[in-house]
Amino acid sequence: MAPAVSLREAVALAGHFPLLSGASLEIEEGEVVHLRGPNGAGKTSLLRMLCGLVALHSGSAVVLGHDLALDRRGARRSVGLLGHQSFLYDELTVEENLRYSLRAFGVDPLRAGVAAERLGLGGRLASTQVLKLSAGQRRRTALALLVARDPRLWLLDEPHAGLDQEGRDLLDEIVSESRSDGRTVLLSSHEHERAAPLCDRVIWLAGGRVVKEPVVVA
Amino acid sequence: MRDAWLVAGKDLRIEFRSRVAVNQVIPFAAAVILLFGLALGPSRQVLAPASAGLFWVAVLLSSVLVTQRSFAVEASDGARDALRLSGLDPAGIFLGKALAVAVELLALEALLTFGVAVLYGARLTGALVLFAACVAATVGLAAVGIVYGAVASGLRVRETLLPLLFLPVAAPVLLGATKAWDEALKGTPSGGLGWLSLLAVFAVLYVAIGTVAFGPLLEES
Repeated sequence: MAPAVSLREAVALAGHFPLLSGASLEIEEGEVVHLRGPNGAGKTSLLRMLCGLVALHSGSAVVLGHDLALDRRGARRSVGLLGHQSFLYDELTVEENLRYSLRAFGVDPLRAGVAAERLGLGGRLASTQVLKLSAGQRRRTALALLVARDPRLWLLDEPHAGLDQEGRDLLDEIVSESRSDGRTVLLSSHEHERAAPLCDRVIWLAGGRVVKEPVVVA
Repeated sequence: MRDAWLVAGKDLRIEFRSRVAVNQVIPFAAAVILLFGLALGPSRQVLAPASAGLFWVAVLLSSVLVTQRSFAVEASDGARDALRLSGLDPAGIFLGKALAVAVELLALEALLTFGVAVLYGARLTGALVLFAACVAATVGLAAVGIVYGAVASGLRVRETLLPLLFLPVAAPVLLGATKAWDEALKGTPSGGLGWLSLLAVFAVLYVAIGTVAFGPLLEES
């Protein structure tokens, strides 16, 4: 079976600044991988490239059979990103945001209600405008979208950040379920103790490359 | 078109909730026609013949604000990235955003028409030509605005860059719409038909360019 993610000497740039400088890795379908590395190692850039937000400059990158050099839009439909930002519209309610995004992805919008309930956003919160939510509730809304979409590849960038203890436990439960359902998950986190039990293996990044050993920052 | 309706519905819902158009754009447009009135003096003999031009300058300036607002909602909380990630057809996004801007501008134009009739003493003859010119010009302005809005939206200087990009390209629409309205208001609406045709050509051209160009612009800007 083809790997879910395959990178060969992948380079991504922001202007002339290298975000990734020759990253190579392979992740099998159904694996849960913990991305680790110091600040600026390229973890966020890698996740953003895999969902097609950052362009591949050179090398090769194939995500779920879609070559990112040729078909970024194709990959996006199968990939879900929980990034530093929530990707929500402030003026819309939780439910409206979820239903809009699900329709955009061609997913049944009725799944919004179930996902919102699961993340503790049911009842009055569902009809609350996002601008009135706390940071943690926004994070839960973004996570609810991912749960409702249930993409084949989950990209989680510091997913525990901003969540309370209950939210963190819920997130861990959701990742474990995704793993049981055969989804592939890439999880970038500085909270190793929290992330380690969820993951099959660790990939270390430093200077925009995959490295074999952790890099100690002086 | 499914994607276009989805995006237009979302944009209009956001505008309905935020009331930026009602609280800022309409007062701005009203201020513009009032200031023109102050600048040219109170004489209706001066203001009435200039009504068409003043009306369309007010619409043009307001359309910059409406376009900026259309992309401002995509700038908050990474929503622009969400738009790119959504898998929506870029042509559908373009048509949806242009449709939402056009609806807002048409509502504004209805109010401004009333304004120039009251303040400038313009006699609203040739209603069919006036209406057709509004529709064609608005489609053109909305299409151009969304294209250049996408160009400017990824840049830090977007607030100042958009008018610089948008106004010169929209000048033919201003000219055609002013001439068509001028003929209608003078009581010779048939004289405006040629200008209407020109407006229709621009509208079709701008929509076609936007439909093709919006995807690359959204990705690269």
